[in-house]
Amino acid sequence: MLTMGKAITRRRAVAVLTATLLATGLAACGNSDTGDKPADDGKLTLGFSQVGAESGWRTANTNSIKESATAAGIELKFDDAQGKQENQITAIRNYIQQKVDVIAFSPVVESGWDTVLKEAKDAGIPVILTDRSVDSADKSLYKTFIGSDFVKEGKLSGEWLVNETKSATGTVNIVELQGTTGSAPANDRKKGFAEAIAANPNLKVIASQTGDFTRAGGKAVMEQFLKANPKIDVLFAHNDDMGLGALEAITAAGKVPGKDIKIITIDAVKDGMQALADGKFNFIAECSPLLGPQLMDLVKKVSKGETIPQRIETEEGTFTPEQAKAALPTRKY
Amino acid sequence: MSTSKARWAAVTGHALFWPVVALIALLVANTIYRPGFLSVEMKDGHLYGSLIDILRLAAPLILVGMGMTLVIATGGIDLSVGSMCAISGAIACLHISGQPDQNALGGVLVALALGVGLSLVLGAWNGALVSIIGIQPIIATLILMVAGRGLAQLITEGQIITINSEPYKAVGVGYLLTLPLAIFIAAGVALLVAAVTRRTALGMIIESVGGNAEASRLAGIRSGRITFLVYVISAVCAGIAGFMVTANVSSADGNAAGLWIELDAILAVVIGGTSLAGGRFSLGGTILGALLIQTLTTTVYAMNISPQTALLFKAVVVIIVCLVQAPAFRAKFARRRPAAPAAPIAADQPKEQVPA
Repeated sequence: MLTMGKAITRRRAVAVLTATLLATGLAACGNSDTGDKPADDGKLTLGFSQVGAESGWRTANTNSIKESATAAGIELKFDDAQGKQENQITAIRNYIQQKVDVIAFSPVVESGWDTVLKEAKDAGIPVILTDRSVDSADKSLYKTFIGSDFVKEGKLSGEWLVNETKSATGTVNIVELQGTTGSAPANDRKKGFAEAIAANPNLKVIASQTGDFTRAGGKAVMEQFLKANPKIDVLFAHNDDMGLGALEAITAAGKVPGKDIKIITIDAVKDGMQALADGKFNFIAECSPLLGPQLMDLVKKVSKGETIPQRIETEEGTFTPEQAKAALPTRKY
Repeated sequence: MSTSKARWAAVTGHALFWPVVALIALLVANTIYRPGFLSVEMKDGHLYGSLIDILRLAAPLILVGMGMTLVIATGGIDLSVGSMCAISGAIACLHISGQPDQNALGGVLVALALGVGLSLVLGAWNGALVSIIGIQPIIATLILMVAGRGLAQLITEGQIITINSEPYKAVGVGYLLTLPLAIFIAAGVALLVAAVTRRTALGMIIESVGGNAEASRLAGIRSGRITFLVYVISAVCAGIAGFMVTANVSSADGNAAGLWIELDAILAVVIGGTSLAGGRFSLGGTILGALLIQTLTTTVYAMNISPQTALLFKAVVVIIVCLVQAPAFRAKFARRRPAAPAAPIAADQPKEQVPA
């Protein structure tokens, strides 16, 4: 009796699980609405596969690509991979079958692209990587990689600080909020910053800890930094969100962010820019998602067969409070 | 002599002796590293210090741990609590962000009601999957653990919703009688759960369902209903914890809110001496476990242990606590020393054996 009950339970469990998996699979298939229309010859066609829509940064990235494609008169076939590599590979294969002129995508992960990239190469379709790179040994599989240079972002932050503190006589105590341990932006931004501040021996990073790129993480770490170190002059956060979390910790400790503790962050998302314009942050190095116009230029160039560099940096700047005030009204993300 | 020895054995044999030792050891280590660690001062009319931070940040974990303790007592597990935190926090922040006056108490109360209401529905979903359809709890709750993050993303439209609402913020960082309001909420829920389970027969019924659901049913207990109930309680606890997590930073992040809190909660429950096989639970133990885990996290920040070694440091502390806490391990260890009486510890053993 008992065993029979268990057997039925198990069968039911399997049925429900199968149904769930099926539903997920269907949703994934339904999502890649890349259409079946073959590319017509009058207009350039770009097949683009996006990682997903996990953040405001990513949404701005998507919008930039869509808008600049329309502006450049390029027909865009867009696919959202929902953070799954298999969806992305399916989408790229669809683009190959539809004989689009150029394929571009932001790889969900670094590895496992050789086969599908080779298929594209054999079909004579050039591939452009955006925002993230792949680890393929054969660099001829893609034309170029356009994206941010994280080391440079760290370096720009450090250089601003060196310039800002050049008249300071005593030691300048810096605390650092790192991104997710082991991630490329965290490693590179830390490296770039350290290289830049080496120019002034008075600048010392007295504490460095990961805040996982989140506001809650930045806040919890900053609370303890403030208690452990009575004199903190500068906070360097690897992204705006951790800086925003740390703001609350600094205010709760009775200090004035931007004055008692100078704050440098990277990204320049809307909330961060607002804090900068309000004088709570002091400097932001931009990590821009708006690479659409640059991408469309590249699409036109590669389709004409022009040679382009293997690595292209996104056009990005830096912001001071005054620049943030001026930029905020037209800020897209 | 022998009575003091027996008393000592009774103290060290207590399930919560070793977690308490670990907690004190961590606090002592912190104080040695930085003598001011334990100091608490008044600032802006409330207490301020690392200890207060630990209390405030442990509150969501204590809440989630309460629900998790009951679920685990029935022999189940609830993996979806982290996603529930994200969902309830997201819906509350979404509602507040749409209000013309974000500081209006009415709008905040509606937001809280929405969050709790949605948690009830999702808890009922989990409960139905486990108790009515009969899916293994780990699979049934895995569905919402994964899909729930998507739901939270859907509510926030993939963005971080930033709000500016003083009444809502109070849930996470407000103060009452100079102590964090969050810890009062957690303590209130804990007392309520304790009263309902330990002052009535409910706790015993939950334990009997965890011990043997079929036998309990044959003995006249509606075990299906009890199972259903604990998942609903767990979801509501997680929902309230979600308010705290999002109020702490005045923003709802569908990706990061409550991420991995289910694992911390399970750990807190285990450290607290509740058997994963079900049939026995300790609410006080879970609270202690949650405080220990939060102290451990704060220690990493306060001592500035490098992020690369922080995880290893945490793992080593947790493994040591779990090992010395296990009667079987201690019995083996004690037998090597002739002076230590192994008998009282061995006498505890039958309680450990829970029919799965």
